[in-house]
Amino acid sequence: MISKDNVLEVRNLQTSFSTDKGEVRAVDGVSFDVPKGKTIGIVGESGSGKSITSLSILRLLAENGKIKGGEIRYKGEDLTKVSEKRMRELRGNEISMIFQEPMTSLNPVYTVGQQISEALISHQGMNKKQAMVRSVELLKLVGIPSPEKRVKAYPFELSGGMRQRVMIAMSLACDPEILIADEPTTALDVTIQAQILELIKDLQERLGMSVIFITHDLGVVAETCDYVAVMYAGQVVEYSDIRTLFKQPKHPYSIGLLNSLPRHDIDQEKLMPIKGNVPSPHEMPTGCRFAPRCPAATDLCRAKMPELMTDDSGNQIRCWIYSDEWPGEKEVNVYGETRIAKG
Amino acid sequence: MSEETVNHPVTAKKVNPQLESFKQFWRRLAKNRAALIGGIMILFFVIMAFLGPWIISTFTDWEPNKTSVANKLQGPSAEHWFGTDSFGRDIFTRIVFGMKLTLYVGFLSVFVGGIVGVILGIVSGYYGGKVDTIIMRLMDVLLAFPGILLALAIVAVLGGSLTNVIIAVGIFSVPAFARIVRGSTLSVKKLEYIDAVRALGASDFRIIFKHILPNVMSPIIVQASLRIATAILTGAGLAFLGLGAQPPAPEWGAMLNEGRQYMYEAGHVALFPGLMIVVVVLAFNIFGDGVRDALDPKMKK
Repeated sequence: MISKDNVLEVRNLQTSFSTDKGEVRAVDGVSFDVPKGKTIGIVGESGSGKSITSLSILRLLAENGKIKGGEIRYKGEDLTKVSEKRMRELRGNEISMIFQEPMTSLNPVYTVGQQISEALISHQGMNKKQAMVRSVELLKLVGIPSPEKRVKAYPFELSGGMRQRVMIAMSLACDPEILIADEPTTALDVTIQAQILELIKDLQERLGMSVIFITHDLGVVAETCDYVAVMYAGQVVEYSDIRTLFKQPKHPYSIGLLNSLPRHDIDQEKLMPIKGNVPSPHEMPTGCRFAPRCPAATDLCRAKMPELMTDDSGNQIRCWIYSDEWPGEKEVNVYGETRIAKG
Repeated sequence: MSEETVNHPVTAKKVNPQLESFKQFWRRLAKNRAALIGGIMILFFVIMAFLGPWIISTFTDWEPNKTSVANKLQGPSAEHWFGTDSFGRDIFTRIVFGMKLTLYVGFLSVFVGGIVGVILGIVSGYYGGKVDTIIMRLMDVLLAFPGILLALAIVAVLGGSLTNVIIAVGIFSVPAFARIVRGSTLSVKKLEYIDAVRALGASDFRIIFKHILPNVMSPIIVQASLRIATAILTGAGLAFLGLGAQPPAPEWGAMLNEGRQYMYEAGHVALFPGLMIVVVVLAFNIFGDGVRDALDPKMKK
């Protein structure tokens, strides 16, 4: 990795859930960095562990979930080890999160102003009046018209897009260093989606915070992120800067993912899906987790899990093709694209 | 009316959902004839409990405990509306004075039981796991006893007095509240806004009392209004068995018990207190049903 000012470094994170069928490892060895003032996207299919990764960072896992290993270093502090009290101080104040469902993410019995004030009162020791004044400012910041009136509105009086703006205002109340956005636009109309993305991008530039953007929408990633971590079955399979990922994706899964997108530059009859399904967390393949679906898989892929390797440009990849041990041919054809193997 | 409003410019109305939902609740309650009658009766009883004794002692010379052996066991008459008991005490006066005791037992025991039950239920539902298991199994133990038997046992241990009856009936109301609140807490805590406030750094205490409690209020209110009837009945039952308010307090249950001995010669001695217990319990029950229907219209259909 190119040395940068990283506000957050996730190393080999392992999170598992105890279920009736035994322990399920939802996140298994996830590593990525969040550089200061940059946006990193975490992409992957449903169930790939991207939301669990973000919940692990804030330690907000459900009762049966537990961080089993790895480190989450925030400005030198390992968040997997700090006390719950310290964690509460960090949440909302230093690291904030916005959720997928703006319709249900606000408490129906309090006004918008009261809810924004809450974090201000508990983290910054403001009194009610100061907090209300700041709430109005925040609503203005997130582009809500006539904020003086809206601050007294109840959530049911606002539309989905407005509520998401309120959620953003709430999470920005204490000027966090990191904003985690867990599919913030999934539940919104397409026109509103663009507005919210624009808003997050704009605020990030103005406030200089880092954003972790969790999404399954590659279009959103292309528009907002500086770096991308592609997740598959609880692991990061590729981490690179946005240009590289879209121009020259390396991991067969990333290639397949990009290929499956509809394109405007060529005439397409059909979309190209990746065949097969994500493996069930109860029966993970022993080798590379993508091997059962990978068009270039070899016996090595099926037998042994590749490590996450860092290449010369600082990008990371978890695939045998780019290792010295690659047993196959030099030129590998993956979903109609050719990649040069290292070995 | 309609012409007037047409000419006015449209102005945004200030909406307060708490007030709005209260208005809506009130409309639904008022539509339910039985519940409305129940409510009016309760209002009447409360007024009677507070003003009745004052009116009687100001305008008449009746006293609840004034005995007059010469007038004992007289039937209802113009002078003694509900007749007199075996000590010649005026039954009507005693019933009016006893109203306060009855409501006192009903409201206070539900209040005590409600607070304890709500806290146990909300903690149990919120934390889950071992805490939940321990609390809920304890509640199961309490529920395993038939209500009056449990109250009886508690009063037998604590000794018979009005305060102890309130404590006993309160304890006996705890599991009902705990169960209902636990259930509602379980569904509310899964909602995203609870995750959202936690992500903003709220403590458990704050989440429980500021964010969960206001959202589980309606089942608590319904349970409380229905529970008062049971509490009054249990309180009267304990008094009937001689474990509640001690004589000569004009407790209806105790009066019923005294009247029991003269059932055949002077039925009215037992009849009026018994009738009053029935009427009060009925009023709370139909009112409680109405509150439930008004707060949760889905359950009705």
